[in-house]
Amino acid sequence: MTFGDLTYEAFAFGFFTILTLGGALGVVANRNLVRGAVWLIVSLFGVAGYFVLLSAPFLAAVQVLVYIGAIGILFTFAVMLTRSMTNLNERYNQQWWIAAVTSIALFGMLVLLVILPVFGEQETAVSDVVATTADLGVALVSGDAYVLPFEVASLLLTAAMIGAIVIAREEE
Amino acid sequence: MVPLWMFLTAAAGLFAIGAYGVLSRRNAVAILMSVELMLNAVNINLVAFWRFQTPMDMSGQAFAAFVFVVAAAEAAVGLAIIISVYRGRRSVTVDDVDLLRW
Repeated sequence: MTFGDLTYEAFAFGFFTILTLGGALGVVANRNLVRGAVWLIVSLFGVAGYFVLLSAPFLAAVQVLVYIGAIGILFTFAVMLTRSMTNLNERYNQQWWIAAVTSIALFGMLVLLVILPVFGEQETAVSDVVATTADLGVALVSGDAYVLPFEVASLLLTAAMIGAIVIAREEE
Repeated sequence: MVPLWMFLTAAAGLFAIGAYGVLSRRNAVAILMSVELMLNAVNINLVAFWRFQTPMDMSGQAFAAFVFVVAAAEAAVGLAIIISVYRGRRSVTVDDVDLLRW
């Protein structure tokens, strides 16, 4: 990667990186959890942009619909229902510096052991022919691919829905 | 095409930020939000490796789709548990939920 030939893709990548990591920092550092939920949506939108750059348009659409549309609203509801934003005095527990050291060490380990081995790999290895959304749809329901995990996932969603209703129900 | 290591570095940064949030925040809702960040970092890695290593195989995208499903289920059940705890204790601070602590 030479930075001489900056394409629009590189600009888009930088933009989405700022959205993703900046939003993530906003989630972690914000005292007000309503703002934290908005920052979470910003971060998830950046991840959707990554999926577009990686030529996975279906996953980008699902990211916007499921994560931003459903999970973002769910978090906003939870913040409002529990009045979590009134607890403004202390954000972090006493082990926050151990947590900081741990996560920095984790990041360093990931860079050292996973990313350095693939650093500088030639981009020519990437093929322009990519499986499409139609291929994904076929793979999800074909018998020799992912139809069993697909059915298990739908069962899991049903169980989670019923479980959430049972757990959150008011006891009479 | 943006090289693979840049996607991996961004995903590692996102994962580390999410891990910090999970380990350090006191509010249970904020912890769940950080868990969502970590799951998203995993998804970036899955799709990036799929695009760069096996673009004709559907495994990467299929696994990312299943991560979506599990994340949605986790958020729903987790927030239900938090609302239930709030109803009993009037607090969503994880330090206050120490019933099982020995």
